Amino acid sequence: MPRIEAPWCRKPKLVTKTEAKTNPKYGCRPENRPLRNYIRHGIINLDKPAGPTSHEVTAWVKRILGVKHAGHGGTLEAFPQHGKAGEIPK
Amino acid sequence: MTGILPVALENATKTVQALLLSGKEYVCVMKLHGDASEQRVREVLKEFEGKIYQRPPLRASVKRRLRTRTVYYIDFLEMEGRNVLFKVGCEAGTYIRKLCYDVGEVLGCGAHMQELRRTRAGPFVEEEDLVTLHEVAYYFEKWRETGDESHIRRFILPMEKALELLPKIYIRDSAVDAVCHGASLTAPGVVAFEDSVAPNHTVAVLTLKGEAVALAKALVSASQLAEMDHGFVAKTHRVLMERGVYPKAWTKTQTL
Repeated sequence: MPRIEAPWCRKPKLVTKTEAKTNPKYGCRPENRPLRNYIRHGIINLDKPAGPTSHEVTAWVKRILGVKHAGHGGTLEAFPQHGKAGEIPK
Repeated sequence: MTGILPVALENATKTVQALLLSGKEYVCVMKLHGDASEQRVREVLKEFEGKIYQRPPLRASVKRRLRTRTVYYIDFLEMEGRNVLFKVGCEAGTYIRKLCYDVGEVLGCGAHMQELRRTRAGPFVEEEDLVTLHEVAYYFEKWRETGDESHIRRFILPMEKALELLPKIYIRDSAVDAVCHGASLTAPGVVAFEDSVAPNHTVAVLTLKGEAVALAKALVSASQLAEMDHGFVAKTHRVLMERGVYPKAWTKTQTL
């Protein structure tokens, strides 16, 4: 089987079609968003502990930070073996 | 199971669909049910690289039908007695528990997954900015006490990070609000793009300041896009930016 390159190993090239400027009056660079807005458009690279489910961990983050919604990308099952609920693709 | 679990806040939850479909990397301990030589284990693990067939396990949250998944690499790390440690990079939806079971079947002695740690989810990796729940609580409290924003900005990342591995299209200020209202992206609005843009693939539409505007489905290839001066480039399917951040720059046709 030929090895298939992982998506994170690819290095796409940027092609410029035209020159254009952006008006500093509107929007701002993502890292410079005002704090409230920064949190609203934020994502946390979280190290999930063993034991609780991904859903529980997400709910904790939501409570700690006092945000309205939180969602996680890709469930990690809670227990190494004999998980209680249905196993989720990983 | 431990490891990388990206958690998106409020508006950023719209980006998780891009993460769910992106590749993952795990470090796994597999326990063999009988003795096998290291040489043999290495050989069998190599056989599982590339496209594999996999039937989801009995206890699964998806329909149990045979499906194909791509395993980008399996790197044998070490072996001690019947415990085998390896690193695997794979497509979303690959069951590592099942992979271990299948490796055991090929070896003849049987095997199961003992422990698993996710070391990558799309663009998120362990080396950079990974935080524990304790750190989240700690830094948040620190900010509450001192009012120093840098505590928040050190563990929350802009949602644009989640889109890092998608092909990107950068658009003009004047095209932004139309896309925010759900319009398809047309060629005159495009300033720059990555050569990885391909038809029917999800792309990230960004402003020249690097802010995410929307997720869209590309309608043309990168080489076609380079030649285009009019026509549709991508169909918007998830708007990420709020309306009205950039000025409206389109005109309504008068109807009598």
